[in-house]
Amino acid sequence: MSQLDVAAPAAQVARARTAARRRSIVVGAVLAVLVTALFLLSLSLGHTIVPPADVVAALLGTDTSRTAFTVVELRAPRAFTALGVGLCFGVSGAVLQALARNPLASPDVVGITAGASTGAVAVIVATSAGTGALTSSMVSTPLAALAGGGVSGLVVYRLARARGVVTPYRLVLVGIGVSAVLTSLTSWLVTRASIDDAQKAAVWLAGSLGARTWDDAVPAVGAACLVLPAAAVLARRLRVLQLGEQTALALGVDVRRTRRALVAVSVTGAAVATAAAGPIAFVAFVAAPLARRIVGSTLTVVPAALVGAALVLAADLVGRTAFGAVQLPVGIVTGVIGAPYLMWLLSRPQRIGQGE
Amino acid sequence: MGAGMRAWVGAWRGAPVRRTSGRVAGLVVLVALTVLLCLVSLAVGAKAVPLEHAIGALTAYDPALADHVIVRESRVPRTLAALLVGAALGLAGTVTQGLTRNPLADPGLLGVSAGASLAVVLGLHVVGFQDPLGYVWFSLAGAAVTSVFVFLLGSSGPGGASPMRLALAGAATTALLGSLTAAVLLLDSASLDRYRFWAVGAVAGVRLSTLADLLPLLAVGAVLAAGSGPLLNSLALGDDLAQGLGVQLGRSRALCATAVVLLVGTATAIAGPIAFVGLTVPHVARALVGADHRWVLAYSAVLAAVLLIGSDVLGRMVARPGEVQVGVVTAVVGAPFFIALVRRRRLASA
Repeated sequence: MSQLDVAAPAAQVARARTAARRRSIVVGAVLAVLVTALFLLSLSLGHTIVPPADVVAALLGTDTSRTAFTVVELRAPRAFTALGVGLCFGVSGAVLQALARNPLASPDVVGITAGASTGAVAVIVATSAGTGALTSSMVSTPLAALAGGGVSGLVVYRLARARGVVTPYRLVLVGIGVSAVLTSLTSWLVTRASIDDAQKAAVWLAGSLGARTWDDAVPAVGAACLVLPAAAVLARRLRVLQLGEQTALALGVDVRRTRRALVAVSVTGAAVATAAAGPIAFVAFVAAPLARRIVGSTLTVVPAALVGAALVLAADLVGRTAFGAVQLPVGIVTGVIGAPYLMWLLSRPQRIGQGE
Repeated sequence: MGAGMRAWVGAWRGAPVRRTSGRVAGLVVLVALTVLLCLVSLAVGAKAVPLEHAIGALTAYDPALADHVIVRESRVPRTLAALLVGAALGLAGTVTQGLTRNPLADPGLLGVSAGASLAVVLGLHVVGFQDPLGYVWFSLAGAAVTSVFVFLLGSSGPGGASPMRLALAGAATTALLGSLTAAVLLLDSASLDRYRFWAVGAVAGVRLSTLADLLPLLAVGAVLAAGSGPLLNSLALGDDLAQGLGVQLGRSRALCATAVVLLVGTATAIAGPIAFVGLTVPHVARALVGADHRWVLAYSAVLAAVLLIGSDVLGRMVARPGEVQVGVVTAVVGAPFFIALVRRRRLASA
């Protein structure tokens, strides 16, 4: 066998790698442009339509008229929350699904969003039933959601570990078990509430971006700024981890620490996002499979985050503007749009959902 | 007797009981436990009824006695409801898991409960039912349409219905239907008010006449499910081998699906979407008696009934004089057991 025969495949691999990298950069850029466009669009559309030039002027502070107030104080917090929440959900889902090597292992399935929901609903019910000892639920609902999501995520992870190992399969099963408990606790809390609180809880549980202020937007965007780079840095080791635990160990990856860090990233992302906007259906679940389909490679943290942001922004825009006087919560729109899309993917001759 | 005990201790350690005599003995013990729990369920509640009055209400009913009236009018119906709903969910879970060869398959995960829920919400919204008998047909129709849809979706495309594709199809459908349900509820607070008490999963307030009307549906479903054991055993070997053994795939799948729809649709109409029973009980049954579906079906039915009646009794005891709905208790009681099982052993991946 001559030298040339060995060199040719190596060159082929190198070429394929460059092509894949180029493709992922192009796709990332296109997605970033799309997210920016949707972001600006959601600042300009609404009850009154603000021209894009005025939007930019208002954001830069060169315009201080009433339209500027609409853009900066009413629409911008909502749009920023949507952006942050979408990025967080996208990252969280992508990391967890890759870690568990199972498309079912999204934060909605393994109990993180369920824990956040239980926490939030408990506060919604307790604050109005109590004697006013607890302050306005607008302040404490996100905090309770954050605590609930964090605790349930860690409990699931801890329970899924037996004899020092977390198998992906066990993670999903334990997650389903814990979610079932939390979900039924939530519906029990809803039966204990007055009908007004039940309705408030129903809106929150649907996933809503209505009446968001900068207090919601800042944590969501901040978390996205934290979670996205962390996941991008860890992605390299995650890719090795996907080859299997034994292989990863042999290649010199500290499996346990890497996995712990990845779980922390995923739980933080999902919990903060749920705290800011409620358990928006389907975004975390579908973002990574969608991104994988667009990019064509197996692990796609940044594209998944961008897809998540695009989904939330677009869905909120549709829910806000498409139905006239009725404003649908964003979570209902993501479910109604996202689910058929996944169905369509499933019915096509594609990779999604085969084995793994 | 000593050997039998050792076999059952072994079952918990991970070695299923294989001898027929042991399996029959276990089943007898479970049935006895069910009867005992039924009696306890008649006696326990906001007002404690002495056991002899509870039995007296059944054998020598005296409408002048308050205890007898309570037992007859409120506790007998809810006990029967828990018994029937439990057995139905246990059977349906086993058939679903066997049919899809997926240990995670559950009528809830495959979207069947979500379909029933949406249909009931539409029923509440459009027609304004008050009684399970009104929306049972909605619930059944919702369950039927959804399960056919999920199965078609999961098996479309090349490669057919792999377990993961089915699970994804179920998750997608559940999300879609859940969103639609939420949309209807947000627009109609009167429906939300009734729905929230149905959605938590409760057997309180079920009427005997309703149960009697729904019994035929459950019976047909149960007979179909109980008879599907050999079929599921063949299917467990894989589609090709099953076909080689003379199983007609399309017809047997339709048969099993009909059983699941009848059982889940009716059970959901009676008690609301009770999660978790159909998922976990078959795992416990498999851990006890191994992979033979004929035995798993029998054990699942009885175990699920025990779980539901026991949970209902517990729900009445923990929050006297109020009560915690059975759906909450099954999850809170069932989940730790399930998680312990997941941690203890590698669940049979069949």
